[in-house]
Amino acid sequence: MQMPNPNQDVLDRKDQVIARLKSILGNGGVISDPAETKAYECDALSAYRCPPLAVVLPRTTEEVAQVLAACFEMEVPVVPRGAGTSLAGGSMPTADSVVLGVARMNEVIETDYDNRFIRVQTGRTNLSVTGAIETDGFFYAPDPSSQLACAIAGNIAMNSGGAHCLKYGVTSNNLMGVRMVTMQGEILDIGGAHLDAAGLDLLGVICGSEGQLGVVTEATLRILHKPEGARPVLVGFDSNEVAGACVSDIIKAGVLPVAIEFMDRPCIRATDAFAGAGYPDCEALLIIEVEGSEVEIQEQLSKIVEIAQSHNPVDLREAQNADQAARIWLGRKSAFGAMGQINDYMCLDGTIPVTELPYVLRRIGELSKEFGLDVGNVFHAGDGNMHPLILYNANTPGDLEKCEAFGAEILKLCVEVGGCLTGEHGVGIEKRDLMSFQFDQQDLIAQMRIKDVFDPKWLLNAAKVFPLDTSNAHRAA
Amino acid sequence: MTEMAPHTEEELADIIRTAEGPLAIGGGGTRYRHDVGATLTTKRMSGIQTYEAGALTLVVKAGTRLTEIEDLLAQNGQMLAFEPPRWSDSSTIGGVIATNASGSRRFQVGAARDFLLGVRFVDGRGTILKNGGRVMKNVTGYDLVKLLAGSWGTLGVLSEVALKTLPLPEETATLCIPVEDASQAVQALSLAMKSPYDVTGAAYTPQETHAMLRIEGFPKSVSYRTKALGDWLKAFAAPTVLTGAEARGVWTKLRDCDALEGKEGVLWRVSCKPTDGPAVAKALRAKDWIMDWSGGLIHARLPTEVDPRNALASFQCHATCLSRTPTTFAKFHPEPDLVANYSKSIRDQFDPRGILNQGVMGA
Repeated sequence: MQMPNPNQDVLDRKDQVIARLKSILGNGGVISDPAETKAYECDALSAYRCPPLAVVLPRTTEEVAQVLAACFEMEVPVVPRGAGTSLAGGSMPTADSVVLGVARMNEVIETDYDNRFIRVQTGRTNLSVTGAIETDGFFYAPDPSSQLACAIAGNIAMNSGGAHCLKYGVTSNNLMGVRMVTMQGEILDIGGAHLDAAGLDLLGVICGSEGQLGVVTEATLRILHKPEGARPVLVGFDSNEVAGACVSDIIKAGVLPVAIEFMDRPCIRATDAFAGAGYPDCEALLIIEVEGSEVEIQEQLSKIVEIAQSHNPVDLREAQNADQAARIWLGRKSAFGAMGQINDYMCLDGTIPVTELPYVLRRIGELSKEFGLDVGNVFHAGDGNMHPLILYNANTPGDLEKCEAFGAEILKLCVEVGGCLTGEHGVGIEKRDLMSFQFDQQDLIAQMRIKDVFDPKWLLNAAKVFPLDTSNAHRAA
Repeated sequence: MTEMAPHTEEELADIIRTAEGPLAIGGGGTRYRHDVGATLTTKRMSGIQTYEAGALTLVVKAGTRLTEIEDLLAQNGQMLAFEPPRWSDSSTIGGVIATNASGSRRFQVGAARDFLLGVRFVDGRGTILKNGGRVMKNVTGYDLVKLLAGSWGTLGVLSEVALKTLPLPEETATLCIPVEDASQAVQALSLAMKSPYDVTGAAYTPQETHAMLRIEGFPKSVSYRTKALGDWLKAFAAPTVLTGAEARGVWTKLRDCDALEGKEGVLWRVSCKPTDGPAVAKALRAKDWIMDWSGGLIHARLPTEVDPRNALASFQCHATCLSRTPTTFAKFHPEPDLVANYSKSIRDQFDPRGILNQGVMGA
């Protein structure tokens, strides 16, 4: 993975930069000892790492503004960081950059049930947002699988999704407002407790901009009352085609489950061996969850079961109680761990139109043979968001490169059938160089012009999202 | 003045690229009529490109009429869940998206921008661009899709949009709860919105003496939740329950602001914090107004010379004048300088000559 060469001038001024940062945050807010900055060398894309110049951990929006203004003036690159759980390398530093972590800013600022929002500092973890309101019966809907650890800041930067977004939408659909600091140190308030923008929808473009437009320090998030209950049903099929057709028929029938999860045979076998969930041994498996009161759950499940039966399933299990529900979810929730038990893995998240599912899975199977690497598929089937897990051995020379090449072929396949490179993880550095496969030069220039507006010197997380040659050419023009 | 009505994206791009002066962009001419420059309409660029009911996705050209789209979806048991106001039969989907027009269900399921999966458009330079796609989850690059929604033709002219559809509810019930005034109405609506019963409409019109709540879905579920919601609201007077066409009709009227049709003055739309709704309505001093989104949306008729923004200064809100005729004040709510500067810079990037809908949206 190519990263820009560090700016030697900045490296030479390291002591001066650190002194300036300490004058703003005190000694406790700046980490520069290489032993201590080690934890910030990478995120969850751990194959790539680089020690930063320094790490700063401000406690307030004003401190963030002072740090950014100082870095802007000194022309020092800044890499924002939430909890460092990015699978795309979204918070991977360069040697000449200051990592700005928001982890110390994790307070709840305001909770308003009458108007159904919560305002938090963005270092707060996703799950602890719900944690702050669940005793009152409320929850925050987006649920990325790293929700125990990941920060709202990162969720906003990557526009994170989760298993339940078929019904509740992704971060962008649940974000009402932000307080954001630009690279120049200006504090912007956009949106809030009222809906929609007075002018251009800046909130819409900030969400998902991968920390390249500003550092979001506070967020107003939409909260909902929890449903009365939820229950899954598990259905096994003897082909991917039939499972895909079943998904389509359920949606056509007007049922909108909160989640439709799909697993293919390699994944079913791996998870069953790992977690002992007792899944049927079949080609494809769906876990479909519905919500509501008992009567509503019954009503929806009876429709789903009727549709599933018409596709001749090899197995169909309706959870009768909480324990059975947990068993149905057990395998799915341990899928990543199970695959990790077998070998190192790379997880992709390209999205495809649901109708292309059988073809794409067949092609992935063929590619798997060509590259000589195994792959298992778990999949948010309702919204077409794939998660192929490619197995490789990090200790075998050349295996990572082979795995990346295989991954790139899968993502190109997703684009070819009318989908996209990434459904919820973000581009980061991981998919950066594939961007020109999905977008024309002009499409990328239009996006980079937004970057120009907010960060004219391209100091903020600049080596991400856009292919380096493309962004260099744009900036030189 | 002649009207330019291209049939294809290429023709549209040619017109913009070679334009020598300002262009007044429109679709069906429903939501905005603008008189600076030559008229450019997308209404001839029409047609359904792809509709996959099983994937909840629809791709249409921007000039396709809203009526055509909603009829097609209804035949397949689906809908545009954001309930775009249908102010005239000539309304196009491009106009709906460009103005982010959304109705009663918006506060619960999202606005037009939340159902927009992808766009094709021509920017002010005459370049054909795309962003997003036709899949429901997509974080590939910056989200210009949302930026284009509600940009009122100032960043580019939409040529094609991809939308997420949702199932049409099989049944609708409307609970009408007798209330004294707007304050009591919003108390009842807020309480309902704090329930687990998935309320998709929460409105109040002062002409009626009740707050209105909508429950939708499968029949058994609707009857269960209607009863449960009534019990949840036992602190208020017992509701009357409307069903079927009568229950749905209430929301069609609200969507299109029927209660304000033919009343004097110009139409304003104010978005505020829901619990501020009654105080905002009072500050507007309007004779005719209606309230939706559990108090968070007010449509009001105000005398032509009145700009209510001073009166609203103490609220977190924005007020947009929906009049199609010229006014002496800004139709769009002035933004804080810093935000306005960024918006202007973005606009300059997409339309450096400043020819698209000149004067619309504060610049």
